[in-house]
This record gives sequence, structure tokens and C-alpha cells, in this order.
Amino acid sequence: MADIRPDLRYTEDHEWARPDGDVVVIGITDFAQAQLGDIVMVELPRVGDRLNKGDTFGTVESPKSVSDLFAPVSGEVVEVNGALDDKPELVNSDCYGEGWIVKLRAGDAAELDALMDAGAYAKHVAEADH
Amino acid sequence: MTEARRTALYDVHVALGARLVEFAGYQMPIQYDGILAEHARVRENVGLFDVSHMGEVHVRGPGALAAVNRLITNDLHRVEDGRAQYTALCAEDGGIVDDLIVYRLAEDDVFICVNASNRANDVEHMRAHLTGDATLEDESDAWSQIAVQGPKALTLLGRVLGADVAKMKPFRVARRDFRGASCLVATTGYTGEKGAEIYVPNDHAAALWAALTDAGHDLGVGPVGLGARDTLRLEMGYCLYGNDIDRSTSPLEAGLGWVTRLDKAGGFVGRDALAAQEARGLTRRLVALELDERGIPRHDFPIVAGGEVVGRVTSGNQSPTTGRAIALGYVPVALAEPGTTLSIDVRGKLKAAHVTTLPFYHPARA
Repeated sequence: MADIRPDLRYTEDHEWARPDGDVVVIGITDFAQAQLGDIVMVELPRVGDRLNKGDTFGTVESPKSVSDLFAPVSGEVVEVNGALDDKPELVNSDCYGEGWIVKLRAGDAAELDALMDAGAYAKHVAEADH
Repeated sequence: MTEARRTALYDVHVALGARLVEFAGYQMPIQYDGILAEHARVRENVGLFDVSHMGEVHVRGPGALAAVNRLITNDLHRVEDGRAQYTALCAEDGGIVDDLIVYRLAEDDVFICVNASNRANDVEHMRAHLTGDATLEDESDAWSQIAVQGPKALTLLGRVLGADVAKMKPFRVARRDFRGASCLVATTGYTGEKGAEIYVPNDHAAALWAALTDAGHDLGVGPVGLGARDTLRLEMGYCLYGNDIDRSTSPLEAGLGWVTRLDKAGGFVGRDALAAQEARGLTRRLVALELDERGIPRHDFPIVAGGEVVGRVTSGNQSPTTGRAIALGYVPVALAEPGTTLSIDVRGKLKAAHVTTLPFYHPARA
């Protein structure tokens, strides 16, 4: 069973978002990391990049796949998880903690509220994992 | 998925929690524990692969050896009975129909392992070009195939199939009984490690898999899926049909000149076209590439030199053993020398790369 955290918001593309003060922390979900398998490379955006909701901001690669990362909300990249350059496997081992990917300064709080809550995401995963 | 066929080991894969994908019409395990763990298992210990999707063709009759030799680019007269040979199978125009392992069991008995996705086409091609007193049978549906690969593979095989099997040198083939079933044990593989590929009748495949598992706990034995099979073969620079070689490529271009015997007595299908290609001079070659910047080259990524696209990556990945980004791809011969610097276009970003030599990784030799 995929680990779905009650305190996070989710996208259909299996990113999670968590407000933390005036930034939003973003990563990929447990379901996503399990589907991808061993993550061997994470391509990160640059600090200062401006993203619109839905923009591709990076990629996550396993031996068999390359997956785009999509911005759950609009905002400016204020921090990237540089630890993933050397240890991309953190996304597998701790996707909601040390395996976070970027932090955005979000412009529009309504975008975050519009994302799925844990219950809606659990249903989405159940459908994706038929 | 529901249309795909199951191998005789399907229930074993399900019990092991494998992730199954459709490949060449079969439901095949892509991974069990994870591609990196399975890859390491083969490089360090011993792994079991279900490769029952592969096809088996049996040629028998007084003219069997001569007939097969007329089909393949390599030369079965260069080896004795009981030997295996890697070879290309070409069309009249020199294009590669498939790459095969041919087992010379006897003058009148030749066994051939073909790629799963090419099976029907290979059989048709071979039948169309079969000469002399020989019959060709597609026995793919009768055989399962289990590959046992890794530095501890021969130890494990010795325990299960007889001590003499542990002493078999590479590229040998022998008949062995497993609980009353006649199997072919061949010290061949697709990983660069020691080990064997065992051709076992379907009704004994699950018992053989179980026996290998039970006898190998202390050796660290475990299952390996097609995902790690691909990263293992790429580290060795072994071609994958459909990616690195196909009907539009010739064995000379693909670096398979060492199995292309243009001067072989009696010739072979495609020989004249390949001799003409050699006389004209090659225009491109399959080369080994290593990335000098962060990134992972993938199939079909452009290879760039002087601002021009000069070729395409045919296979690419991050080597699980070395961590380096590695690829195969065709480039013009002028850019094919080891040390030549090129770029690979990784999703719109040019990454520096250089031509290197194969294999990308040398397995430890005891």
C-alpha cells in the first residue's frame, strides 16, 4: 500500500506539496517512487527559475524510465535539494522527508487549495493502480 | 496484457512479487526487488533469469551443419561439436535479420537460440534459405530457458546439475539430465559473467528454478528481471536487436566483423553484399560512448558534432556498476576512433561525451 500523508496536497501526476511558512515544499509521492523503481538521477531546476502551475521543472530517471516533474503551483524556485545530485535514492527511501525536490515561493494560495487532499489522492491512486 | 502468453515460470514470478510487463508476446518479469539490486546480484553473486520467451530452432539431418553454416555469418567449421558460437543472421542485402547463438551439438544436430521478437521471421527466413539434407523445426513452445549468471553461477550449477558442469569452459554445450528431463546446458549468457543458459522442457522448468534457488541460498542467489538484463548487457556492449542492430544495419557496421567470415568456404546469405560494403568502405560504425557531464543518454537521443546531428544513441543508461553514463550509437567512421569528443543531446541540452572502448565494465575474473 502506498503511503499517503494526511497533511499534504497532491497532483494527478503524483507530486506532493506542503506549505511551510511562505514557501511550498514539493516532492513525488510514495506511489510514484514505487512505480518508478530505483531512482538514479534527478534533474533539478535552478534557484530563481519562475514556474507556472503545470510547467515541467525537472526529471526523475530510473534505469527504465524518464519522468517529468510538473509544478503543482506557480512560484519562484527558492531552494533545490542538492543532496539528490549524489543521492537520488533518497527519493526512494524517504520521499516525504530527505527526498524532497524543490521549494517554491508560491504566488497564489488558491492554487494550493485546489490540489487534491489525501482522500481524493487515495482514490486517484486506487484508480491508477487497478 | 491479458492477451500475452505466460512462461512455465509465471506462477513463480507472481509468488516472488515480480512486476510483469508484456514483452514479445509474453508476460515477463521486468524486476523483482529492484533493477540495481538485481544487477549487483549478478555482478557479485549469482542471478536466475527466466528467458523462456527466447526462441529455439532445431536443425537436424546429415546436412544440418552445412545448412546452418550457409545461413549464418560466423563459421561453425571453426569449432568442434559441443561448442557454442555467437553469430549474425543476414538477409541477401547484408542487413541483420537477427543475432543468434548457435550450438553445434553434432554434424547432424544444430540447436539455435533466436530473439523472441524475431522468432517467426527468423524461422521463415531460415526455411526460405535452407539448403541440402536438413530439416528445421521451431521448438520454441517446448522449451523453457533459465539463465544462471554471476561469479558464483558455476558453483551453483555444479551442485544442481553435476560437478562436471562447474568445470565447463565458456561457450560449451552439453546434454544433462535433470530429474529425468533431457536439458541442454550451455555456458553462454548476456551479462559478461560466468554461468550458463539452461534449455529445459517446460514441464521441468519450475522444478529446476526451485532446485537452483534451494541450492544457492548461501551463494546469494535470487531472481533477475529483464530490466537488469538490459543494464548488464549494455555494460558489456552487447547488442540488443531492435535497438543497436536491425535490418537496416550490417554486422560490419555494428562491430560484429569478428563473427562475419567473408572468406568462409561455401559463403553465406548476405556475404556478397557485405563483401561489397567492406570493399567500398564503411560510412558509419557502432561506437561506445561515455558522457563527461551529468545526464543519462537514452535510445534515439541525437549525437552531435560540429553543430550537426551525426548519429543517434541506440542504447543508453547509467551503468549501475560504475555510475557512469554509457551509450552505444552509430557515428560516421571519421568520428569513431576512441577518444573522439562528441556531444549527446539530452532533452535539448548538449552534454559532452567521448568515444571509448568496450566493454564499459570488465567483470572480475577469478
